[in-house]
Amino acid sequence: MPRALDPHAAIALEATGLDDSGGLRTADGQPLSRALARSSRRARRRAFFLVLPLLLFILITFVVPIGQMLQRSVKNDGFSANMPELSRWFAEHPRGTAPDETAYAALAADLKSSAEARTIGTVGTRINYDLAGSRSLFTSAGRTARTGLEPPYQSSVLAMDPKWGDPHLWSVMREASSPYTANFYLAALDRTRNDQGEITMAPADQQVYVMLFKRTMMLSAIITVTTFLLGFPIAYLLATLPLRKSNLLMILVLLPFWTSLLVRTTAWMVLLQQQGVINDFLVWLGVIGNSSRIQMIYNQTGTIIAMTHILLPFMILPLYSVMRTINPSYVRAARSLGATSWTAFRRIYFPQTLPGLGAGALLVFILAIGYYITPALVGGSSGQLISNMIAMHMTQTLNWSMAAALAALLLGGVLILYWIYDRLVGIDNLKLG
Amino acid sequence: MALPTYASPLERVWHYAYLVICGLIFFFLIAPIVVVIPLSFNVEPYFTFTHKMLALDPEGYSLRWYDTLLTFGMANPGAPRDWSWWVDAWQNAKWINAAKSSIIIGVCSTIVATVLGTLAALGLSRPEMPFRRIIMAVLISPMIVPIIITATGMFFFYSNPCSPLSWFGVEPNCGKLAGTYLGIILAHATLGIPFVIITVTATLIGFDQSLNRAAASLGANPRTTFFRVTLPLILPGVISGALFAFVTSFDEVVAVLFIAGPDQQTIPRQMWTGIREQISPAILAVATLLVIFSIALLTAIELLRRRTERLRGVTPR
Repeated sequence: MPRALDPHAAIALEATGLDDSGGLRTADGQPLSRALARSSRRARRRAFFLVLPLLLFILITFVVPIGQMLQRSVKNDGFSANMPELSRWFAEHPRGTAPDETAYAALAADLKSSAEARTIGTVGTRINYDLAGSRSLFTSAGRTARTGLEPPYQSSVLAMDPKWGDPHLWSVMREASSPYTANFYLAALDRTRNDQGEITMAPADQQVYVMLFKRTMMLSAIITVTTFLLGFPIAYLLATLPLRKSNLLMILVLLPFWTSLLVRTTAWMVLLQQQGVINDFLVWLGVIGNSSRIQMIYNQTGTIIAMTHILLPFMILPLYSVMRTINPSYVRAARSLGATSWTAFRRIYFPQTLPGLGAGALLVFILAIGYYITPALVGGSSGQLISNMIAMHMTQTLNWSMAAALAALLLGGVLILYWIYDRLVGIDNLKLG
Repeated sequence: MALPTYASPLERVWHYAYLVICGLIFFFLIAPIVVVIPLSFNVEPYFTFTHKMLALDPEGYSLRWYDTLLTFGMANPGAPRDWSWWVDAWQNAKWINAAKSSIIIGVCSTIVATVLGTLAALGLSRPEMPFRRIIMAVLISPMIVPIIITATGMFFFYSNPCSPLSWFGVEPNCGKLAGTYLGIILAHATLGIPFVIITVTATLIGFDQSLNRAAASLGANPRTTFFRVTLPLILPGVISGALFAFVTSFDEVVAVLFIAGPDQQTIPRQMWTGIREQISPAILAVATLLVIFSIALLTAIELLRRRTERLRGVTPR
């Protein structure tokens, strides 16, 4: 980056000219190069100090929380912190060792102390994430263990519930005995560990996340395409109309942009419902019968329609600002050389709109894959995206590590797209209205 | 976008078809927003036009949903509407309290976002700024990172803001920001900052740095230069950035759902509950009020934009 010449140094230079030693010096006798370096350093520091408060603010309120979330996605000490004896046994005995009497003794001791400390629920919940239905196994064992288990421990533990002998349970407990685990990422990719600790596909009826990631990608791609199909003609019209008229029409684009997201989503619910305005209108027209009203909401159609409407301005605005700069005489030149209007459009005009198209498409796609509110309200079950699954784990199942792992995967995807956007478009060129 | 005189008949047909298509797309953009307005005056608890409404019968219209907005949550909504009724409404009506929360949070977070964002934009637009690109990318990222991820991170952080210190081996506990006004204000300021930076940076592109040097050469110190030269010139950009930040906060629901307590019931949160649980045209009455609000904001932004263009010497063709 070229450094601006400090004006004061320049003036001093003019006043003194060359000194005896041949090097340039400032009025107070310093070598010019050093004075310049110092002043540019000072200028850089001053610029940086202006940014520093905000940078610190963003680091504390945004970057650190996300870092913490990423930590949460690999760390869950719900088991290891409350079951120290058994965790030690796992650390001392390699994978594949069958649990012997010492293991059961450690288990019994931990169950007792954990039940007394009332943390047995936390332990059970942690195991339940990897082996559904095992939470009650721990809570009921805690109740028995509090009164004390008699040696030999193996038989007395198995007497509580024969499920304690399940090798899969022991494999899961071994995984959980370390506070750090990649299991939540495995689960987020529909994978799991078998009894030997090998990574395998989760049972078919539990494979939801990969499907959801795929659906999120697919719906976002569809929404990007529909915003392009609807946005391109509008941007072209706005860019070719005289400014006075296009400014007037631009209001029609900016009004939805400025209207609350919830208002727009509600509006689509009103329009698309089975007893809603569009269905009523179609029945009134006689296109469909009263009994065969179309289901346009609480499914993927609802998500696509509402999100296209919400993200359309993000496609129109970048396209418009690029199209405004396209010189119309190129198309006229092509026409005068005999091109039809379609050829002139396809070979001369359209290629020049590509920067705007790239910017708009990337922006719409980035925003679409992270959408939450609209799919949650109009998506039903088939129109839910990965964000909705993260929210579900955060608020309903309370499997926060799982939510964090899903969020981390989504974040990775978004950051890659953001990086591409910055490379191709430059974030400085992001415009709002 | 005029049809050239040499256009063939096919091109003429296509031209008019194109205009019709554009009309339909504009209809698609605007219709959903317009349609909620008459429906909010529906006398029936339906989301659709009744026969009376279509016949423009005054009996089909009423203000009952607007009245519901006011009375919802009041201690004694049936009391005669004297002074104490209005005091009751002001203190207890849920939507009024939601509006109060939204405004407090919106104004405070806008102030934080605007002050910090404007300072940073000034620094970022200096040619000497080191690591400009990467810092800009970090500062804009709250707009790009999906809100659900931001909210998830904030949920963990705000429930114990000292917890990151555990990375350095200490395990402190210093209260929590979740469930406080301060927490939501900080969260919303974070989300509003990218908008301030983008608009102010855009204004600064046309800013002539030699004006600052002229002020300095005339003896003004940096502070005087900023308040008397720079700020008045970039003020339209700062105000439109502030409006963006305010709207972001005013419309934000996910972070509020994750980190707010029962006291921070904002308008979007109240709407969210309303839409999910007891859907009634009262929601449409709120929606109508919000549409009017956004029209007012849009007008403000448009006036500011015209002023900036006038200052830059760009006039509409």
